[in-house]
This record gives sequence, C-alpha cells and structure tokens, in this order.
Amino acid sequence: MTETAPPATGVVAPASVAHGIAGLGDVPVSFSRGQEVLHPARDRYVAVAQALKEAAFVTCSDLTATDYLTAQEARALPEGVTAERFEVVTTLLSHERRLRLRLRVQVPETDATCPTLFFLYPGTENLEREVFDLFGIDFVGHPDMTRILMPEEWEGHPLRKDYGMGRVPVQFKDAPGPR
Amino acid sequence: MTREVTTEKGATETEPNPADEARARLGSETSEASQELAPREFTDATRLLIEEGGVLRLPESAALDVDPDEFDFAEGDTMIINLGPQHPSTHGVLRVMLELRGETVLRAKPVIGYLHTGMEKTGEQLTYLQGTTNVTRMDYLSPLSNELVFSLAVEELLGVQLPPRATWIRMLMTELNRINSHVTWAATNGMDLASTTMMIFGFRERELLLSFFEKTTGLRMNTNYIRPGGVAADLPDGWEDDVDAIAETIALRLDDYDELLTGQPIFRERTEGVGVISPEMCLAMGATGPILRASGVPWDLRRSMPYLAYDEVDFDVIVGTVGDTFDRYAVRLNEIRESIRIVRQVLDKMPSGDYRAQDAKVTPPPRARIDESMEALIHHFKLFTSGMEPPEGEVYVAVESPRGELGCYMVADGTNKPYRMHVRAPSFVNLQSLPPLLRNSLIADTVAILSSVDPVLGEVDR
Repeated sequence: MTETAPPATGVVAPASVAHGIAGLGDVPVSFSRGQEVLHPARDRYVAVAQALKEAAFVTCSDLTATDYLTAQEARALPEGVTAERFEVVTTLLSHERRLRLRLRVQVPETDATCPTLFFLYPGTENLEREVFDLFGIDFVGHPDMTRILMPEEWEGHPLRKDYGMGRVPVQFKDAPGPR
Repeated sequence: MTREVTTEKGATETEPNPADEARARLGSETSEASQELAPREFTDATRLLIEEGGVLRLPESAALDVDPDEFDFAEGDTMIINLGPQHPSTHGVLRVMLELRGETVLRAKPVIGYLHTGMEKTGEQLTYLQGTTNVTRMDYLSPLSNELVFSLAVEELLGVQLPPRATWIRMLMTELNRINSHVTWAATNGMDLASTTMMIFGFRERELLLSFFEKTTGLRMNTNYIRPGGVAADLPDGWEDDVDAIAETIALRLDDYDELLTGQPIFRERTEGVGVISPEMCLAMGATGPILRASGVPWDLRRSMPYLAYDEVDFDVIVGTVGDTFDRYAVRLNEIRESIRIVRQVLDKMPSGDYRAQDAKVTPPPRARIDESMEALIHHFKLFTSGMEPPEGEVYVAVESPRGELGCYMVADGTNKPYRMHVRAPSFVNLQSLPPLLRNSLIADTVAILSSVDPVLGEVDR
C-alpha cells in the first residue's frame, strides 16, 4: 500500500518498517533479536494500531501481557518510554508485506487499564479477555470484559508475578503449607 | 450469489455477499507471485461484525435473560440450550451456549476454561529444557508443533544455529504430525456426521503414525522429541522404509476417504454451504489455518514466512473457494496429500550429519563421553540441573500447526527459566469464528460446523 515492496522471504528487514508508515508519528522503535517493536504510549496505542491497520496490517495475530514486577531491569526500552509494571504485547501481521510488528504498551500498576483493540481487530476479543483474566488488566471499551479461563468467582489474577504458585500439601515434617 | 439477510426488524432483504466480492479479488490469486492480500475496504465492517456475532455475545450469567426486543421476537420464542461441556461432538470439554428460535441458531457463545491448568504459569517455573514437556501437552493432537515453536523461540533467544539434519528431522516429524492430526480430525469429523466407518479408518491410519512416533521418540503422544538445540535422538535405523510405507499407505487410504465421503451425497448435503465464512471475517477474527485457507486466502506460514527448510521443498498451499464446511474438509484432506509430498522430498533430501547442535551449553554431550571426560560430565550435570540461560530479550515465533498459526512469545530475563512464556494457540483464536459461523444455521448443522473448526480444547484452555 505504501512505498516498500514486500520482501521476497519472511525475513524481517533490518531497517525499520515503522518509519515508512504514515500516521505513526514518532513512536519509539526498538529491535529485539531482529524483530521490530514499537513502544506507543497508552493513549496513542489505538491510533498507532489504526495507522498500522491502514498500512495493511490487517490481522492481530497475538495479544498478551507481561508482568515485569520482579524483572524491571530485564528489559531494554528505547528512550522516552517509562517502564511500568505491566506491558501489553500485541503482534500485528501484514499478509501483504509478510511482516509482523509488535507493539509493547506500558501499563502502570496503579491504573491497570488499556484501551481495547476490539473495534479495529475483533479477533482480539478472546485474547483481551484472557489478559484481563490472568493479569487483571482492564480493556476499556471491550464489549465483554469477563473472565474466560478461570471460574467467574475466582479471586486474583494468576499470571501476575505476586500470585503464588499452588502447592499440594505433603505430610512431612517442616513441609511448606498449602500456598 | 446473494444471500438473505434478516435485519433486526425481522424484515428480509437481499444484499450482495461481501464474501463473493472478496473472493473475486482474492480467490483467483492463488499463485505464489500474487499472494498479496487486498486491504479490507468495507467501511462498516465493524458494524457487520457486531451484527454477525462478533460482539453479540452476553456474559455467561446474563445470557439467560435475553432482551426480546433485540430480535423483535415474542417472549418465549427463543430458548438457550447448552451444547456440552459433556458432548461427544465437542472434542473435549467445550460448552457452547446456543440461543435458538425453533431450529435456527440466533447466537452462540463458546464457554471455555474447563481444562485450564495454568500451563503458562507452569512454564515460568520450568527450565528451558523442561519447557518442551509442558508445551507438548497443550495441543495433544500435534505435540510436535508445540515443541517446535517453543524450541524455535528458545533458539532465537540463544542465537543457536542448527545443523541441517536437525532441521530436516524436525520438518519430517512435524509433517507426519500434520498428517496424524488431520486423519484424526477426519475420523472424528466422520463420526460427528454419523460415518462410523470414517472413525475406524482415521484411527487405523493414526496408528501407523503413532507407531512411527513411538519408534522414533519413545512415546506415542507428548513426545518431548524436539528440544532446544535440535531433537532428542536421531531417526531409528530403517526409518526410510517406515516413512515410505506410511506415505504410500496414507496416499492410498486417502482415495478410500474420497470414495467414502467426498463424493457421497449425504455427506455433501450436510457440509456444502453450511457454515460459510468470508475471508474478511477470517482476517478480522484472526482465524488461521484451514479455516482461513478454505475461505480463499492463500496464507500458509510454511510458504509465506518460511521457517525450518520449507523454502527448499515443493508443495502447494491448498485454498478453498466458498469457505463452507465442505471446503474446510477438502482443504484438510488435500493438505494431507501435500504433507505426503513434503515427506517424500524429505526422504530424498535428508542430509547426513548431527541431529543436534554441538553446543555444550544447550545440548547434552553424547552419553558415552560422560564416562571418559570430566568436562562432559560437568556439562551434562550443569545442563540438567540448571540448564541454558539465554540473554535478556523477548521474541515472538510462529509456525503453521495443523490448526493454524501457533505462536510463542517468550521473554528471557537472563536466568534459566523463561520470565514469560505465552503460547498463541490457534484453536483459542479460531474459536472466535464459531459464533459468526453458527449464526443463522440449523441446530443440526451445529455439530458439523463445530467439527470443521477443529478446536483442540487442551490448547484452547491451556
């Protein structure tokens, strides 16, 4: 759609694809193992996804999150991005360019919300529900923000790093108790 | 072709089917050169999706008191029934809530989570070497694809280069796995459509493949064969004969399937034109694999974004035209034929050499070396007690599993366990296309449609 021709193979071009896409603004870009990652601010997340969708990234192939509670130093963020506890990680796919782009959005612990991509990519419905269920990140505007994998009455969000692992009690002296 | 659309007011009008327009654009372009996809240009796609069932779902608890005004039906005209969780056609523990009016499905909502065991959380507690034993249990019909995507992600983080033989063994095994998965699907699909013969046929063929898996990996399912750094063991002596026999037998048996089902009027009546989905809808819903290809989009990661050595083998991407249940059946059946083609080429081209990378930090030393070399013993001990430690970083890797795009997003924090291990399960995402597929279908077709989506609930719930 825009100027770049699709690469002959699925190899990600070393040059930044995002810089050639109109409407992205100055979104910080980084590379992780050769894969291009955009770091939009939370309030620009939907706008960036919209611009990418117009640039032929028609499918959202994956949406998940990471809780960096215990590994704040384990990630290299480009300049201008403030590290927060949660990160919503969205992978967009362009069939036309045979390319993936990843968006990583910082979501603070105190306000664990994120705008939904549902109205751009309805395929994020289950994935956002899963993130809500397991991380407790609320996707504002999602039509059905309910738990999907855990039971409805479950308390807590299991994939958060401060959610303990379950344990089966064993009857030994000094054995750790159940959780 | 036009279709009748029941509007919210209950009036009936005809409108051009967007699927036809899209097919006119996309369907003819199945050659490799023009696999490009035109962008969606239906400005009211969101509205269409909402109408078609993308959002037309209620939370589980609210589904029981439906607002009758929504469809302008008299009260008591519709009813909600549960298909599953214990239902033989749900292929696991899937519960689909259906709102019916007479025999017509108005809305559907899959309710999942019955098999959730927190495998992603478990994955954070297991070392990279143990991780494959965890992911292999997700999609239990294609364990090798799961191991493959996990291993590829770890290797990407580590920056390990594989010897060619390891790559080709992986390709051989995952293609056999694809055949295995598809014949099992054909078997259960036949059963769902009341062809018990097909059930027996499919499981008979599956046995051939499982026996080979057992011979090669030691296990029939959940093999833990593909590991970071290569594969667990070399192929057994005489594997060429086994694989050749499998390829030959399956190719013959596929003709039996054709005779039994493909041309059979009852089967065609039950599948043709049932559960049609447009390419636009598939792309919007994130559907991948046979569902997407049956709707006419030539997208196969093996061809479009090649991994392993798929760019060195010759195969066709099977594409449907209508996107109905029959197309999904035909796509899967012909993908078995393509997999046989790939397997035969692997037989010819299998390089000699090592079956795993000789990197002491990633793969264990040969067993015999442990008795004679102190260093080998230390490496062996270190590898199995703490294991490899990829440097910090994150990566997303995807492969084409029998069900679609199987992805793995992995974050490494420099320790010997993944900080975050997320599997993008194709069934989980594909299940979203079930409500639009079921919409306005007959209750009798529900089982056929559900089966054609081919969800594996172990993978859906993880």
